Amino acid sequence: MHIAVILRLVPDLSDELDLSEDGKSIDREWVGITLNEFDEQSLEEAVLLKEASDAKVTALALAGEGVERMLQGALARGADAAVMLEGEGEDHLDSRAAAPIFAEAIRTCGADLVLTGVQTIEDLFGQLAPYLGSLLDWPHVSAVSGVALDQGHIVVRQEYSGGRQARIEVALPAVIGVQTASRPPRYVSASKLKEAMLSGRLTAQAAAATPLPNRAEVLGLAPPDRSAGATMIGDDPDEAAAAILEALSARGLLAG
Amino acid sequence: MTKVLVHIELEGEGLAGVSFQLLAAARRIAGPEGSVEALLIAADPTPLLPSLGAAERVFTLSGERAGDYLPELHLQAMAEATRRTRPDVVLTAYSSAGLDLAAATAAACDLSLIAYCQSAERVEAGLRVSSQLYGGRLLAQSEVAFPAVLSVMPGAYDEAAGRLAGSPEQSDLADSLQLPEPRMRVIEVIAPDGGGIDITKAESLVCVGRGIGDADSIAEAEELAGLLGAEIAGSRPVIDAGWLPKARQVGKSGMKVKPKLYLCLGVSGAPEHLEGMSDAEFIVAVNKDSAAPIFEVAHLGTTCDLFDLLPALAEGLKSRPGQ
Repeated sequence: MHIAVILRLVPDLSDELDLSEDGKSIDREWVGITLNEFDEQSLEEAVLLKEASDAKVTALALAGEGVERMLQGALARGADAAVMLEGEGEDHLDSRAAAPIFAEAIRTCGADLVLTGVQTIEDLFGQLAPYLGSLLDWPHVSAVSGVALDQGHIVVRQEYSGGRQARIEVALPAVIGVQTASRPPRYVSASKLKEAMLSGRLTAQAAAATPLPNRAEVLGLAPPDRSAGATMIGDDPDEAAAAILEALSARGLLAG
Repeated sequence: MTKVLVHIELEGEGLAGVSFQLLAAARRIAGPEGSVEALLIAADPTPLLPSLGAAERVFTLSGERAGDYLPELHLQAMAEATRRTRPDVVLTAYSSAGLDLAAATAAACDLSLIAYCQSAERVEAGLRVSSQLYGGRLLAQSEVAFPAVLSVMPGAYDEAAGRLAGSPEQSDLADSLQLPEPRMRVIEVIAPDGGGIDITKAESLVCVGRGIGDADSIAEAEELAGLLGAEIAGSRPVIDAGWLPKARQVGKSGMKVKPKLYLCLGVSGAPEHLEGMSDAEFIVAVNKDSAAPIFEVAHLGTTCDLFDLLPALAEGLKSRPGQ
């Protein structure tokens, strides 16, 4: 089995999000970037599957700032190969625009299972995994928290609201949108990262594909209206604690 | 005349609340001149039809494979209903099924798509849509031309406005739908495993988020929960990291809770979390980031360091008269 894991960098939400000059996107020049947390989960799940079988894991990503380092991190975590897809034009593509490029790369690399994060914090025009499922005409399941191999097919656990779940058997090839790995993502040591950097297992290849037409456009981004929000009680811990306890007491919310 | 097609979801034996919200959205988008159609896939759809009076017509698919939610069957039916009725707008919920179906239907039927929709207004030959992005930190205004899929946030539309009795026309999709060889099957549906805990029944909850930092710090929050007579709960990153069991997860892929007190520590308040707790009666939020969306739904908030606040709260509670 050959597993392709698709990895994406997204703005780090612990940073302030500044807007570009036209107000239609995030100013990526200054904001910190981080591996999409659900992609990190999908990478972990791929490596767990590799450890439980003889699967090969290839990490795929569109070229861009910080991507080489991210892919080296994927190698250090247990991916066998990493491929940076170099396209033409825009630096940042949304999931809808990126899907045909990834679909082409998946066909080329011969993967029969695709794992990627169920979503990103910015996929306004739709999530990657279901686009890939349709473009490849492979079965697809999203919101998955655990993938297991079972005699030539996979069994996934799909989560629903209210804590309900289902176990679904899926024939390969397939595309899975991963929410949570079967185990928390592993820690990667600096020595493993260094080893990965020197391994030569990171390659680059040209990538292109016919885009999906998109008749939608962003008019602008803005922070939400905060006028109806919380009463703020200051940031002195003793005063804040006293104010909280007083509010709870007044509402009869303190036990005893 | 605007035509809207709605994907209906089941919850147990009945119709999911979010589906009525979608029907409310559909009626609003369609306007008095337009029409609303729905797609209902169920073992036996007939007894559910009278609840779908917000729709003029309901496409149905029934039978053994239709009983439990099966992603590929729903996608095939969505694509078929879309091809048959050629709607201007297709509505799906931002739910697990919606995540499977929205983009896949868009790609299969050549539709544009706007996700995380909070509201939508008609503009000429299309919609102007407001969506929550970046964990609820930014709203995106966008415009999309018909035909398009909208994936709608739970809670964005009034459920009651879509919950209308009636007798919609029924069209069986099986008449035209050629189902290919199945490539997936449901092995089992698993009920929530509380492991003896049911946080939905707790009157008070202390919820820890990513800001709690590490597993060891959860003990401090647990101590506070004990002093408040509250149960401990966690947001998704905390559960995914293995710091608290799944049964204690609040939010989209966890539990929906409505306690009298919801004290959250280091929870940023992504839309997926708010979906599970914004109806709590009294919400106290502690987060160092003053821009965290949790402060939009909280009643009382502070940006002080939670590790300074926790001992102060514990001390205050211990020194209360009668303790």
